[in-house]
Amino acid sequence: MKILKASNMKRCIGCYSCSLACARNIHKSFSWKRSGIRIHSSGGISTGYEATVCLACDPPPCAPVCPTEALKPRKGGGILLKKELCISCGECAKACPVDAIYFDPENNLPVFCIHCGRCVPFCPHDCLEMAEPSKEMSDV
Amino acid sequence: MYNKFRVLVVDMTKKKSKVEFFDTRKKWLGGSGLAAGLFEKYALFDREPFHPDQPVIFAIGPLTGLFPMMSKTIMSFMSPYNSQYTESHGGGRSAMALRFAGYDALVITGRAERLTCLGFGSSEIHIQDVHYLKGMDIFKTGKILRNLKPKNPGHRSILRIGPAGENLVSYACVNIDTYRHFGRMGGGASLGAKNIKGIIISGDSTFDLPPEAVKEYGKTYKDIYKEVTETGAVRKYHDLGTPENLIPLNELKALPWRNLQSTHDPEIESISGEKFARDLLLRQVACAGCPVGCIHIGLLRERFGEEHEYLYRQVSYDYEPIFGVGSMLGVTSASEVLTLLEDVERLGLDAISAGVALAWATEALEKGIVSRQQTLADLQFGDVQSYRTALLNLAGQTNEFYRYLGKGALVAAEKFGGEEFACVLGQEMAGYATGENYFVSQALGFRHSHLDTGAYSFDQEEQAKDIQESINYMQKQEYYRILMCSMAGCLFGRKAYPKENILRALNSLGFDYSGNDLDDTVKAIQAHRWAIKFRTGFKPDEVKIPKRFLEVETWKGKIDPDYLFRLKDEYQKVLKDIAGGHRFEEEEEKPEFES
Repeated sequence: MKILKASNMKRCIGCYSCSLACARNIHKSFSWKRSGIRIHSSGGISTGYEATVCLACDPPPCAPVCPTEALKPRKGGGILLKKELCISCGECAKACPVDAIYFDPENNLPVFCIHCGRCVPFCPHDCLEMAEPSKEMSDV
Repeated sequence: MYNKFRVLVVDMTKKKSKVEFFDTRKKWLGGSGLAAGLFEKYALFDREPFHPDQPVIFAIGPLTGLFPMMSKTIMSFMSPYNSQYTESHGGGRSAMALRFAGYDALVITGRAERLTCLGFGSSEIHIQDVHYLKGMDIFKTGKILRNLKPKNPGHRSILRIGPAGENLVSYACVNIDTYRHFGRMGGGASLGAKNIKGIIISGDSTFDLPPEAVKEYGKTYKDIYKEVTETGAVRKYHDLGTPENLIPLNELKALPWRNLQSTHDPEIESISGEKFARDLLLRQVACAGCPVGCIHIGLLRERFGEEHEYLYRQVSYDYEPIFGVGSMLGVTSASEVLTLLEDVERLGLDAISAGVALAWATEALEKGIVSRQQTLADLQFGDVQSYRTALLNLAGQTNEFYRYLGKGALVAAEKFGGEEFACVLGQEMAGYATGENYFVSQALGFRHSHLDTGAYSFDQEEQAKDIQESINYMQKQEYYRILMCSMAGCLFGRKAYPKENILRALNSLGFDYSGNDLDDTVKAIQAHRWAIKFRTGFKPDEVKIPKRFLEVETWKGKIDPDYLFRLKDEYQKVLKDIAGGHRFEEEEEKPEFES
């Protein structure tokens, strides 16, 4: 299964269209944080932009720490959430080695990329792609 | 559905804030309309711009962040430049951050006792003492402010002023997120007078979309996104960006050179958009919520040692700044233009006004009207080092000469002489010597900006000498621009946002304006803005158009002073009529205007 990769972040212009698309289409929200992909500069805009997004670890280290098994490994890497089982402990967010799980303080739920690819068409610079997990990043 | 405006009002004197609600959504729209409404409520009309209680306002619109290119913040204030009500528009992350901080507007009143950084998010407000930043430049200030509250990297906006703002230069700017600005009319000095060195806006909250709107909103967004990213007229702002106009304007004999002593120069290739893109463009970046990415960042490489030792800087460039410190100062090397732009940026000056003011100073020195003892530098067109020295003195306000120059080229000219060649039309001219219509338009423009009516385009039309056609054009443009700036969208998005698209976007979110509603509302906002400008002292009859503008020769030939002054007379009447249509809430009678 393909996963979302932020392969060409050197091209990123910092428009946040990807975050807004995820919030709008997946989370039915208007937000630049309640999104599976979050954009930030690393010490000012002059340093360029980085994307914080689930790397689709396989197996994912965040799933086993979930005390209620609300997080399940996704086939092909990453995770899926069963909202009704989540007790909002936030342990998953702490377990992610790259801070890709945003624990939303407003609805007390983890927010992360589900690798659906719906943000990709909203990137004006082809920074994002859906690719096989093994594919090397085109930036390097 | 018209929810109330939610406005954060911060009193810097008392160090207290309150959240105010205004049930005026339908009447004020947002952006420019909201800013005018708030200014009327909080301003002291008959007091000076630096009175501690004068408000400084930042307003966003109903579409901010919700649609592509709806990425501007409208700053409004009583201008230190002319003591009149004005607006300055800026992007960066400011609009989106204010939206997600949960406010439609920020109003700052009062004056902090010491140099202060105001920081706020959806559930926090911090009034932070930053006396240690006194005199510090824009870049160092930005780096230090990043460590202050609220911390929300990537999802906040950092506004700050430089030495020029602290020293109350009348055209000091407010820097937004390093590469954008509230550039014109002296907003930096307004913050400086309040002892505000920086403002950190943290966009840390999230809104649930109304379930009934999700589908239509998503579809409308997708359609408009497509138009924005696929329309050539919008995409051009990404490619070469606004500097693509340098060669065409020069070929038209409409690009001001060397204090507008000429409108054409064979050296144009060395500072053209193509030259910058080919040799110096590092990358483009965008304002938050805009997929265009029109902000062009150039590479400035600087040798600092005997051996091969270099440092590099990243400097944003655009058409207007290249005109301001490039053609207007006779600087014909792209790297040297970046050198001056970097200085202007660091000091927190408006690039257009600083360049045009120094162009006047150069000619004044050349003609012996002012002396080397006054200018403290051997100002000569094309001499970058002399301009670097002058910029330091201008921002530092080091002597009487620079104190006058810091109030505007025409103020300096009135003091020292040389009024006839001060390139000022309400404020220092923007880079369009296209003809009579543009000159009148800037001189009488609401914010004396090339963006008030875009009359430089009308100058290129066949009917460019028809007074009624000209007035119709300017009025039509002003109407649309007030609509767009009340949303508050970027004017580069004009082609993607005809009125129908704005209406569709509003309707998709549940704002059920009709086309007629919108027309009536925008006309009322137009009257309101002009009424405030007149009430704060605007006297169009007294706005000067210096002789230099009448000597200009464009592709159409010599300027026609008779047409120019007849147009000015007629347009003044139109503006007075518009303003006269507004009634201030607390007044029984209409404000009086001089006829």
